[in-house]
Amino acid sequence: MTLQGVRWTADQVLALAPDDASRKAGSKLGSAGPWSEAGSSDEGTVWGLCRGSGSRPYQTVVDIADAGGPAYKCSCPSRKFPCKHALGLLLLWAASDATVPPGQAPDWAEQWVAGRRQRTAEKKAAGAAGSASGSADPEAARRRAERRAERITAGATELEQRLADLLRGGLAAAEQAGYGLWEEAAARMVDAQAPGLAARVRELGAIPSSGPGWPVRLLEECALLHLLDEGWLRREGLPDELAATVRSRVGLPVSADGPPVRDRWLVLAQYDTADAKLTTRRIWLHGADCGRTALLLSYGAAGRAPELALPVGLALDAEVSAYPGAGQSRAALGEQFAAPAPTRIRPPGVTTAQAAARYGEALRDDPWLESVPVTLKDVIPVPDGEVWQLVDAGADSALPLTPVARTRPGLWRLVALSGGAPVTVFGECGHRGFTPLTAWPESEGEAVTLC
Amino acid sequence: MIRTSAPVETPAAGAWEELVTTALLGTDRRTPPGGAPGRDAPSALLDAAAVQTVRRRAGLRPAPAAKRPEPAPADRRPPLPAAAARRLAVLLADRPGAAAGGRRSTMPDLMELLPQWLAAANARGYAAPPEALPALLDAARGRTDLRPAALAFAGPRALWLAKLNPDWRFALRATPGGGAAPHGPEDADRIRARWEEGLFAERVTLLTAIRARRPADARELLATTWATERAEDRLMFLDSLRTGLGPDDEPFLEQALADRSRNVRATAAELLSALPASALAARMAARAGACVAVDHTHATPTIVVEAPHECDAGMERDGVVPKAPTGRGERSWWLGQLLEAAPLRTWPARLGGRTPQEIVALPVADDWQGELHAAWCRAAVRQRDAQWARALLGPPSAPEAGGPGAVSLAERAKLLGTLNAAERADWVAGFIATHGLSEAFQLLGVCAVPWAAPLGRAVVDALNIARDAGSYPWSFSGVMGLAERCLDPAEASRLDGLLAVPDEAEDASPGAGGYWAEAFQRLVTTLRLRAAMAEELDAP
Repeated sequence: MTLQGVRWTADQVLALAPDDASRKAGSKLGSAGPWSEAGSSDEGTVWGLCRGSGSRPYQTVVDIADAGGPAYKCSCPSRKFPCKHALGLLLLWAASDATVPPGQAPDWAEQWVAGRRQRTAEKKAAGAAGSASGSADPEAARRRAERRAERITAGATELEQRLADLLRGGLAAAEQAGYGLWEEAAARMVDAQAPGLAARVRELGAIPSSGPGWPVRLLEECALLHLLDEGWLRREGLPDELAATVRSRVGLPVSADGPPVRDRWLVLAQYDTADAKLTTRRIWLHGADCGRTALLLSYGAAGRAPELALPVGLALDAEVSAYPGAGQSRAALGEQFAAPAPTRIRPPGVTTAQAAARYGEALRDDPWLESVPVTLKDVIPVPDGEVWQLVDAGADSALPLTPVARTRPGLWRLVALSGGAPVTVFGECGHRGFTPLTAWPESEGEAVTLC
Repeated sequence: MIRTSAPVETPAAGAWEELVTTALLGTDRRTPPGGAPGRDAPSALLDAAAVQTVRRRAGLRPAPAAKRPEPAPADRRPPLPAAAARRLAVLLADRPGAAAGGRRSTMPDLMELLPQWLAAANARGYAAPPEALPALLDAARGRTDLRPAALAFAGPRALWLAKLNPDWRFALRATPGGGAAPHGPEDADRIRARWEEGLFAERVTLLTAIRARRPADARELLATTWATERAEDRLMFLDSLRTGLGPDDEPFLEQALADRSRNVRATAAELLSALPASALAARMAARAGACVAVDHTHATPTIVVEAPHECDAGMERDGVVPKAPTGRGERSWWLGQLLEAAPLRTWPARLGGRTPQEIVALPVADDWQGELHAAWCRAAVRQRDAQWARALLGPPSAPEAGGPGAVSLAERAKLLGTLNAAERADWVAGFIATHGLSEAFQLLGVCAVPWAAPLGRAVVDALNIARDAGSYPWSFSGVMGLAERCLDPAEASRLDGLLAVPDEAEDASPGAGGYWAEAFQRLVTTLRLRAAMAEELDAP
């Protein structure tokens, strides 16, 4: 495999940055000035020496060809990962051949890459051996699982009681009850080891202050929470697939046990959401041959970027395994056979009517589903009073954008890209509308991220 | 939420309303409809609501489309080369506010390079990448100095966008005619309509745009409504005649000399005085000539000045402001105005056939020199008279050029503006070679970018001398910042010798050598970056 002539875009490189400060610092280092002896190898290693404030330049090396996204090493003291030097080096590499010419990696870079690759191979071998032997004590594991199920059952039963009390007194009272009531209930669900229930309960608390129409939304969410409780309490009677969906919605840990599917996976979108404790990164992939859309999740502690980073618009030759449960998009990234590389693949698109129907169908498998990933073809962003729509170029139908999409700067990138002409847009389509994440111009052109 | 155009089942809508009402009131007050036997009321309500919720969501249909906006007009300019587009994204990503550093690091300040990048891209006629337009508009919104270049580069699609987003309304105002700048006679009706119905700002931009291309048309347009305009509007409109001012404008300006508003009269007089062949200029020349003469009774010929004793009605009509500002003598105030408005070319004949150089060199009696030379400076700038400017500037190596003299640095900077770029650069280079950098900042600001080779060399040499003298580089941070933006990137290699940290001399400021190396490092890095930017824009 050769990497020469296949460069990333600056956006793709900057997407790797752990925060805004690094993005800025990295940008500044992305010019030839501070760099010397930079180069790149056919095997996907990029290296260089960066002049800093100290007397010795920093040694920076990036392994582009690594499986879970690029791997970095830098002799600087930064705790950021990747550090600004790694970002700067990649920007330099992305910008031109001249400053990062092909060549033979110096010893210090070569040793690190070789060491890494050997460790990866060993880990893989060990992993293969480990899974063959199975878990240490299946009987103890079974007892642990049983105890946890009992606690969740107790939690779900208590939650049902709380919901019944709420409806007996009326939702109108919930506006006065305030946040504390729900926080306490959520804490009880955490104790019951049902994080999925806890998260839903916590969201209930925010609805009464969410503007006009809140009683409808509160009733909907209470009803769906009730449905999940009931689903858990009666899981024995459910079809296997639906039971698996209920278990994952309640928050039981599951592992991706689907058969590995090897494909050229196009990275459709990558975006982070953060709360006080956790940064969650969602990466949407599209399989060029299998046509499936898969969701990779990666987590980072609060304020830290999750480790997996796959720049939008690249494609990776890799295996992906689905998590159990009907209607679930979530998957795990398995072995990667080549580094992510730019591609001309675009996902096939549908109309707005087909997108809405697709969400409806997906609810059959998973009634708790908020949205489904969809690519809309030939749609035009159109202002509709205070809100925006995506209108089919060839029909009189449209999907409104979600409230969150309307506040993002990406909306204006989308509108600018379109200029009133049709574009292809990938995003999440659900009952609150459509959230655009990535767009492609009608004619040729690279993917533009909107999130 | 997506609107449901057709509920899955007709009674469902009613049933849902009923459920919501019951839920709001509580099942203790209202019995929910239906419900399976054996279920308590709240559970039955939740059962029914769950069914309805999933049904409502599954039955969602797209909404009817709103009215589509007119598509953006096509941008016929070629797209940026790929590397240049990436560079633009990086420059725009480096927005102020993110991680403001204290001490200037060795890294270039990218935002400072954006104006240059835009100018270069505009010079090559490239179109902006559509997805970059929001960031470009945001940058232009925050920095008015960036607006003309950013909006020119952003092109027609940016104006189309600006109509959709109130944050970018400035783009519609800043661009002549809100983007659709009128061309040709077929637009006469549109021009007339906008002139008569437009907002004030729109009318100013319209007038300015027309004046830039066809000065006479603009004047005629202004004349059609002149009598009915408000005084402050008349002032602004009159100001637009500065562009492309010519002898044809004289009748209109003469008429404005009789305007009701004093400010309008003053502006008209100022504009007329910039036309050396105008009747007003001739009248002023006669008045000024009466005040200045060469006295041969002294040992050396000396200029004697006799300031006017009164400001008569004629002077006032020609724009002389009678009331002096606080702290100024009335007579010298009137004199200054007469001298400033009189055509410079009449002086050699009046003062014994001397050249401007010889006139400036004459001694002036009774401390009038400062007043006299300052007024001539203003006249040279207003009349764009390079010969007089040269005379008043004097040789750059003259001791008074750098220190207190008849002509201040600010005046020198303005005088330099009347010279051509090469002469300007040579003069400033000569100035720096004699007087060093500490006074040069203002003068450097009027030099063309990139700096001509002799000027660049003078600046680098002076920086080098400052370093050897043992001062700290931040005493020169203003010049350093200018050098980063203005030095020709081809000079970068000449700086390589300055990057090393020198051995610390005993009398030097502690650590200065290291800081200087850092400052030069930053300078070189920025120059290399600028060279790379230019290369990227020239790539096929």
